[in-house]
Amino acid sequence: MFGVLFEQTADGQRYIDWLLSGLGWTLALAFFGWWIAFGIGVVVGVGRTVKNRLFSTLARLYVEIFRNIPVLVQMFLWYFVFPEVVPSAIGNAIKEMPPPWASFFPALLCLGLYTASRIAEQVRAGIEALPRGQVEAANALGLGGYPTYRYIVVPQALRLILPSLTSEVMGIYKNTSVALTIGLMELTAQARQISEATFQTFSAFGAATIAYLCLALIAYRGMTLIDRAVRIPGTTPAKLAVDPELADVQQAGALPGAMEAVK
Amino acid sequence: MPHENASNAGQSAAIIVVENMVKRFGSFTALNNINLEVGRGEKIVLCGPSGSGKSTLIRCINHIEKHDGGRIVVDGVELTNRVADINGVRCEVGMVFQNFNLFPHLTVAENCMLAPMKVRGISHSEARDRALGLLNKVRIQDQADKYPAQLSGGQQQRVAIARALCMQPKIMLFDEPTSALDPEMVKEVLETMVDLAREGMTMVCVTHEMGFARQVADRVIFMDRGSIVEEAAPEPFFRAPRTERARSFLNQIIH
Repeated sequence: MFGVLFEQTADGQRYIDWLLSGLGWTLALAFFGWWIAFGIGVVVGVGRTVKNRLFSTLARLYVEIFRNIPVLVQMFLWYFVFPEVVPSAIGNAIKEMPPPWASFFPALLCLGLYTASRIAEQVRAGIEALPRGQVEAANALGLGGYPTYRYIVVPQALRLILPSLTSEVMGIYKNTSVALTIGLMELTAQARQISEATFQTFSAFGAATIAYLCLALIAYRGMTLIDRAVRIPGTTPAKLAVDPELADVQQAGALPGAMEAVK
Repeated sequence: MPHENASNAGQSAAIIVVENMVKRFGSFTALNNINLEVGRGEKIVLCGPSGSGKSTLIRCINHIEKHDGGRIVVDGVELTNRVADINGVRCEVGMVFQNFNLFPHLTVAENCMLAPMKVRGISHSEARDRALGLLNKVRIQDQADKYPAQLSGGQQQRVAIARALCMQPKIMLFDEPTSALDPEMVKEVLETMVDLAREGMTMVCVTHEMGFARQVADRVIFMDRGSIVEEAAPEPFFRAPRTERARSFLNQIIH
């Protein structure tokens, strides 16, 4: 069925090379985009919960803007509009970037900033779900705002939201396919190109589908391993807490009161 | 012995001074015109019915709750909204909570080491030595590298006491430290607190453990509906409370 992938293309490669090249761009976009999203998401999520009005308003503004504009529109904004609104020297420099990078960087920025707004909301929810006593205990020890967030609040909040961060990892690499609209030859774009060159629509998109599925499974598996690695000894893993019936009953029952919220 | 302490405390300058302090939650007045002085080395037990404001009072002393009126001076520093002052005072005031509030993602030793390292700026090895020393004192040094969830309630509360002591505070506040414990674990925590009292620590304890109050308190302060109703040495207070409200409260808790 996938025999077509090993046939020669007009440029002397095989179709599978196109697909692999697309996969490479997809992975690069998702990987680097993720770290941008994670870094900004944590900062903005923390910003949503601080007492300082200026910071919390800016963080709120960020989330509302980036979360509520469709990814496709954001992609167009970064690619078509952004170079026009910045000073012309910068704008021209952006437009003169060689082909894959001229699409890659706007796509990276778009997906990173969009996903950051989603992560920020989860970080905020995670922080708000922590028992108040944690911050009180940190304050009572004389820890100021920064160390309280850095050592007490954020490490616990991130553990708490690990299951939903898994969805964001999967979300960002699926959203990479939108980058084809601004000309990045990622996995979906290559599949379409193969389909147009060979008329083997089923094989081309079938192969892409399988690649996406495998990536999803790898991401899921990776997050499970991370969940296990950062799990606090003596507690149930976060994903089991979502469905208590899956958890070992005895283990869940043995949790002391203070740990309930960390499950 | 406690009574000797009481007279000594009266002579030295007070380490905690609360004057005409008012605390409101919205339109509800939780504390009304509280006046209290605690001498260095003095042991105070706060008791009273649920909702009488005793927990709120000690939470105001380290500014976890902000008071709305009057003055609170701790170790010569008045509590205002100045962050540096507040954090300075908090370094000198240890607090033990009803629900322990240990940091679940850190080991027992790390719980004890974090604030001394980040606030006092001492080295990792010094912080660990200090933590192990104090864990030894509360008799759980062999649990130092476990996580809080792996300990019993009584052990967790003793870790919480050690964690507060690692900052080498001048004052310790206890907010119902034994109320969340199973009965068989109350004793081990109280023994730790008695040891601390013997060493001369200034202590303000919200507790209903009357045996503990009798044993270590210099003064018992009875609160009701946001006011201090009665103040007395433990023996007279338990034997013959002067106010009707204290009498009916004691009848409720002593069976």
